[in-house]
Amino acid sequence: MSPTDFSTAGELVCPAGTPAALRTAVDAGADSVYCGFRNATNARNFPGLNFTPEELEASVAYAHARGARVLLALNTYPPAGKVDLWREAAAIGARVGVDAFIVADMGVARHIAQTHPGSRLHLSVQAAASSPEAIRYYCENFGVKRVVLPRILTIPEIRAIKSEIPCEIETFIFGNHGLMVEGRCSLTNWMSGLSTNMDGVCSPAADVTYEREADGSMRSCLSGFTIDHFAPDENAGYPTICKGRYVAPHRPEGYYAFEEPVSLNLGRLLPELMEAGVHAFKIEGRQRSKSYVRSVVRSFRQAVDAIRAGAEPDLANLVALTEGQKETQGAFRSKKWR
Amino acid sequence: MTETQMMTSPSQRRLVPVGLLCAALRPVLGRVVRRIAQHHPEMFERIAPYQKSDFVIVPVELPFALHLRPDPEAPMLRAVPQDRLPEHDARIEGRFFTLLELVDGESDGDAAFFSRDLTISGNTEAVVSLRNALDDVDGSVAQETADSFGPPGRAFLSMLRRRSARQ
Repeated sequence: MSPTDFSTAGELVCPAGTPAALRTAVDAGADSVYCGFRNATNARNFPGLNFTPEELEASVAYAHARGARVLLALNTYPPAGKVDLWREAAAIGARVGVDAFIVADMGVARHIAQTHPGSRLHLSVQAAASSPEAIRYYCENFGVKRVVLPRILTIPEIRAIKSEIPCEIETFIFGNHGLMVEGRCSLTNWMSGLSTNMDGVCSPAADVTYEREADGSMRSCLSGFTIDHFAPDENAGYPTICKGRYVAPHRPEGYYAFEEPVSLNLGRLLPELMEAGVHAFKIEGRQRSKSYVRSVVRSFRQAVDAIRAGAEPDLANLVALTEGQKETQGAFRSKKWR
Repeated sequence: MTETQMMTSPSQRRLVPVGLLCAALRPVLGRVVRRIAQHHPEMFERIAPYQKSDFVIVPVELPFALHLRPDPEAPMLRAVPQDRLPEHDARIEGRFFTLLELVDGESDGDAAFFSRDLTISGNTEAVVSLRNALDDVDGSVAQETADSFGPPGRAFLSMLRRRSARQ
């Protein structure tokens, strides 16, 4: 398979926040690695993370030399009239030979389709396209070849969508389980003034504080608002508002109003997902370490290879890497996951 | 002066004044951080906004902490008694072997945070930047450092790893 050949089903799409993580992912068996620049053009615009143009060029060469692909995330929404950063990023990506662009904004998609014809477009989960009509719109107007589905659909629903769209389907199989409608969530903006969708950062680290109490408990805060208060021996989660625990008049003890700190793990559903027509499996976690990338990619590489060989996948125990040390199959198993 | 035990094997344990221990570690740690600065300038670029920031890294079971200032022009890493920590922008705290595994590239910082094995306070963005900068090194910073001290350095790291695996 050449690096640009996307035809093999069961493609493993892995995260990389640094060049070292990209090399780790490739060496661990990733078919494709997704990454972004050190700016607001991608939805993991975290401090110290991501790639310079020079690093991306060297990383593309490293991946291609080993038969792997690099997908460039340009999956945020440019503020009106401020599109230069996204145009420049697209031009660099095209120049260094990335294998696909992951986009959410229609303007960015249109720009790449017109300015860099022949480039492959994937529709980011940030576009929140979950109906055949929405997906077909992106395919017909911008030539999108793949859609990354929001994590709100059951496997039967995915199977039904597949029969009505002209492109590949990619689903998340492991990692942070953001149940918000991606690309529409404004909770961080409401608290911090920064937009997840335009600035590329959910719960910016500069606005996050952790306060340790005398009894060993810990309070996590965003922009001065308490998001959670963990008992001394309680597992913690990310300081995102959607995973926060809140006090309400009817729940004075505090409760998870949106979602608990929990990670998605669809290891046991891989055969069903492939049978439903899912073409590519995405691992979340560009903000995570090389160690995480190595463990998760190796584990899912072995699982996918086993399924292709008609064997039972033997998935390693990955719960230690999960948020809150808890796993879920979310909506993929049932709409009743709450 | 505070007295406590060095982290050595039980048969070797002895009481050493912590101030003396910190002074003894100073040239070694200085060499370590200068070598990292020399060989990994890209690491300092990732932490650019926080090159003048002061980090304290606190192994909870040891009497001393590490004081790090990742300034590529004048990198500083020194041991300081835990009861006399300098003013700092960020604090990272955990068991020694947890911290070693993070620097060794063998464990995931987020997972250690989720399990409460790692505690951070102060400037969270500075800590995240430091973590990401350290993680963009192929292999292990700990191994590189050990290699720079030759066979004794490698033997010492191997001993630490064995003890870490038993924890």
